[in-house]
Amino acid sequence: MNASVSDDANPAALSSGAAGRDPRSSFQDMILTLHDFWSANGCVILQPYDMRMGAGTFHTATTLRALGPEPWNAAFVQPCRRPTDGRYGENPNRLQHYYQYQVILKPSPADIQDLYLSSLRAIGIDPLKHDIRFVEDDWESPTLGAWGLGWEVWCDGMEVTQFTYFQQMGGFDCKPVAGELTYGLERLAMYIQGVDNVYDLDFNGQGVSYGNVFLENEKQMSKWNFEVADTDGLFDLFNKAEAECRNALNGGVPIAAYEQAIEASHVFNLLQARGVISVQERASYMGRVRDLARSSCEAYAQKMAPDWEAKFPGWSL
Amino acid sequence: MADFLLELLGEEIPARMQKGARAELERLLRRELDAAGVGADTITVWSTPRRLALIARGLPLETEAVREEAKGPPVGAPDQAVDGFCRKNGVTRDQLEERQVKGRATYFAVIERPGQAVSDLLAAAIPAIIRDFSWPKSMRWGEASISTESLKWVRPLTGIVALLDGELVPVVMEGIASGRETMGHRFHSSGPVTIRDADDYANALEAAHVIVDHEKREGLIRDGARRAAQAAGLTLVEDEGLVVENAGLTEWPVPLLGRFDEEFLEVPPEVIQLTARVNQKYFVCTRAPAKAGASGDGAQPKEVPAFAGTHTLANAFICTANIVASDPAVVVDGNRKVLAARLADARFFWELDQKTSLEEHAKKLERITFHEKLGTVADKVERVAKLARWLCEEGIVGPERVPAKAGTSIDEAQDAGRSQPSLGLTREELADLAEQAARLCKADLVTEMVGEFPELQGLMGGYYAEKEGLPQEVSDAIRDHYKPVGQGDEVPTAPVTVAVSLADKLDSLFAFFAISERPSGSKDPFALRRSALSALRLIVENNLRFSFIESMMFGIPPIGGSIARAISKTQVTEIESFFASEAIRLTDAELTFPKGSLDWEGNEFLADLKASVLASPQLLADFMTDRLKVQQREAGVRHDLIDAVFALGGEDDLVRLLARVKALQSFIETDNGANLLAGYKRAANILKKEGYDTPLPVGEGSGVGGAAPARSNTHPQPLPLREGASDDPLEQTGEEDPLALAGKPDFDDALRAAQSPPGTGLSYTPEPSEKALIDALDAAEPKAAAAIEAEDFEGAMAALASLREPIDRFFDNVIVNAPEADKRNARLALLARFRNAVHRVADFSRIEG
Repeated sequence: MNASVSDDANPAALSSGAAGRDPRSSFQDMILTLHDFWSANGCVILQPYDMRMGAGTFHTATTLRALGPEPWNAAFVQPCRRPTDGRYGENPNRLQHYYQYQVILKPSPADIQDLYLSSLRAIGIDPLKHDIRFVEDDWESPTLGAWGLGWEVWCDGMEVTQFTYFQQMGGFDCKPVAGELTYGLERLAMYIQGVDNVYDLDFNGQGVSYGNVFLENEKQMSKWNFEVADTDGLFDLFNKAEAECRNALNGGVPIAAYEQAIEASHVFNLLQARGVISVQERASYMGRVRDLARSSCEAYAQKMAPDWEAKFPGWSL
Repeated sequence: MADFLLELLGEEIPARMQKGARAELERLLRRELDAAGVGADTITVWSTPRRLALIARGLPLETEAVREEAKGPPVGAPDQAVDGFCRKNGVTRDQLEERQVKGRATYFAVIERPGQAVSDLLAAAIPAIIRDFSWPKSMRWGEASISTESLKWVRPLTGIVALLDGELVPVVMEGIASGRETMGHRFHSSGPVTIRDADDYANALEAAHVIVDHEKREGLIRDGARRAAQAAGLTLVEDEGLVVENAGLTEWPVPLLGRFDEEFLEVPPEVIQLTARVNQKYFVCTRAPAKAGASGDGAQPKEVPAFAGTHTLANAFICTANIVASDPAVVVDGNRKVLAARLADARFFWELDQKTSLEEHAKKLERITFHEKLGTVADKVERVAKLARWLCEEGIVGPERVPAKAGTSIDEAQDAGRSQPSLGLTREELADLAEQAARLCKADLVTEMVGEFPELQGLMGGYYAEKEGLPQEVSDAIRDHYKPVGQGDEVPTAPVTVAVSLADKLDSLFAFFAISERPSGSKDPFALRRSALSALRLIVENNLRFSFIESMMFGIPPIGGSIARAISKTQVTEIESFFASEAIRLTDAELTFPKGSLDWEGNEFLADLKASVLASPQLLADFMTDRLKVQQREAGVRHDLIDAVFALGGEDDLVRLLARVKALQSFIETDNGANLLAGYKRAANILKKEGYDTPLPVGEGSGVGGAAPARSNTHPQPLPLREGASDDPLEQTGEEDPLALAGKPDFDDALRAAQSPPGTGLSYTPEPSEKALIDALDAAEPKAAAAIEAEDFEGAMAALASLREPIDRFFDNVIVNAPEADKRNARLALLARFRNAVHRVADFSRIEG
């Protein structure tokens, strides 16, 4: 890490361009404050991956960059799509589309917990007013051939962040280990702003609510996910993504193959939401997605290995 | 004497691992101390989420000097040997001493080990302890993790405090140097906390808002939660598991009571409690005042306390914060919101599930695979329903509650049972209820609530059945049919519940044995040992009398049908109808699978199916008796007595088997029993010495069970005297030992003559004591047989007891090894007859003492 922030850092001092920014007053200020914070702490601030995916972990800046010996520090917002979580805009806590704030720090810095707690302070959570706890929660993604140990971080009993030390990715040991922080942005904002309904969140501090931005999307997308989406077309998409993934692997472009694996994974989630995959078929589809994702990660690692080994003598995959 | 403090500071250790970690730390330190021959007066181990700490008191400052001598090769041995000896002992050749050993000059190495500073010893021990520490899961981290060889710990290890009598024990471990500084509470303390010595440790940390003694934190949570409930006029639902878990999540625990919306109370209390407990680690409270003494520290509350009658759940929860919040209401309110969202989900599930009847839910079970070779859960439900019905129709489960009392005979238990109130149901009505309950018992598996909380299976079905207005017996049976779950769990006694519960467990056992999925070693993926134990407890404690194998004959054919449906692509209907037909008699080894259109031998699938189905009854019966043995051993019954009864084999009425063990247990403790055993052993020794190694199997009505027709009828073959005797490669002349004739036709005749009552076939006049034994056997054998037939095992024992005096006198007055061959043979045969008579009750050779 280039800089480390002391425990009582004043968030306003983190960025000279943040004058008047109040993470407690709007969703976007909270995000911008996190950007300021992690930028000041040496992270590359990325934009979201431009594909539909179920979690920020799928972003190549997390999965693929967790492989290999090179240091890598990045932060970004990733929209997440979980078709089965859609509630037609009627549930105050559940959305089929929401945001994660993702931080990846490789190797995991010695003061990573303190950094994280400072980031909470930066967005207005005072740990002497709120009960912050690190509660065991290990992470495993058979799809990615990945696992890690860590916690879910509780704020007054609410899970606000997933904190994971990646141990394996794509079936390879992480050398070195990366620390991954995944903040649930809507939850945190609801907490900080003191609202009980996600649609009541103040988005910009100037009268635009989360509902103004997303309520209609949730209604329409829930309907599409559950009722409208053409299932034959989706099955077709799945097969095409699978075929293209293989094609890309054969072509020696594993990043492109990985994108197709992400695509297949999301199409599978849509098929699930449409309820057209039986219990028996489910395992088989999941196995197919897993094959694609793993093969892509493996191919990526294999392709990069000579470079990595050259730059880091003594290191091997 | 010195005190040693070791603290391993790190990032949050999972609460569930802390107990094991404390034990591991102590084990490893003891290992290191023992290896150096150092003892500690006391070792105390503490844990918090962020640290493991150990204090060893009464250590010496130095280990004792040791002088060891090692004997080496004789003087003049090859240089190679002498040099090797020197190397091994770390001495040079000129340091060797010469001594005389049995008149021979021999080299000796004298190794002086000076006392070692314990501080040095500990400095070497600490890295070894950390490296060898075993965690359920461990991880790498940080820059060092660029190599997979880097240190593994449960979460990153950040600091080591190691002080011996206040002096630093210097250690460097993966860049972490030991020191006297640690960290206090994450939020209530800033900067390092300096520790003077072991005595100072807990106080210094307490000043920094860390209570390092986990038991003290547990006490604070237990008492604090109780007080918080009391202050609100409520009673805490005690939950020791939660106390320990919260103590493992906090360094400065502060229990806080909050309220949730009353309207959530329409959800069943177990659901609320589980939601609060599992997801949020909150305690719940009841409105009823505490019973006197109910809040004592001694009793360990159950994992999930039941909500008995008058205790109604209050709309309150108690969370345990890890801070002294500037405004506790803020913390409580945050927690309340989280719980409210969870309870809203639970209520949504509760209401949604009730929109569909259990019968409708049950239809979805067709979509859930029970096992790839056994079909769906719906298939299983169908079989359980049939089996539950059969158990009632056969009268195995009757309309009365028949609890067996420990230590009483079957008769007494049955008498006790008759005095129990009957449900006033006919067999047919009972069978109808059992079938209805069985058909619905798994329906809650597809409800939303059980999807969310699998541990509520059964319970939710019971609630939904009640809400539907189904008969009480049915909803009770649905609720309780998984019982008994563990060793301490209560065993159902309500007849409908017993029928469904037993049918469920038997079906699982039958089914997995039929597809050759048997537990082996540590592998028991389908928890069949637990199913077996539960079935045994249901059978024994409800005094259910039936032939286990017969029940399999009923239960397995439908399983054959399920297997056929699940894995055969062809001939499904034929296989199903074959298994469904009543023709199958699984115990008959000669069973012919009717040809029809099925090729039972040529088709691999059919051949496998036939083989595994045919093998399963005996394998499962053996498995069950084996589990009964284990269960009885654990209940404290002498294992040799269990063996003595079980060795006879052939019994598949488990209640009767157990009654026999109990009768034997009380008999063997009497003088008659002990003396008869002595006489038996004497007879058995002689017989053994004379070559009768194999006890004679008993004739008609053999085995433990007087009434096991299916088996005894299948063994009409003559009784072998000595197994494999005719294959004996060494032809014996018969001159060296009269009993070497055993197994030869003429000797067998003599033996049969001796066995055939009453005392016929003797070619000489028996001596009085000999005659007395013959007479006693003539009298005792039918009595014992009749008693066994009547399942009066005490009576059978009493009949045997009448042999005690005659056998004693026989040994006193009669020479078995008489010079005349006919006398010798006859007397040995008489002893064999005596032994066999005893064996009708139990294999006394297995009894110790």
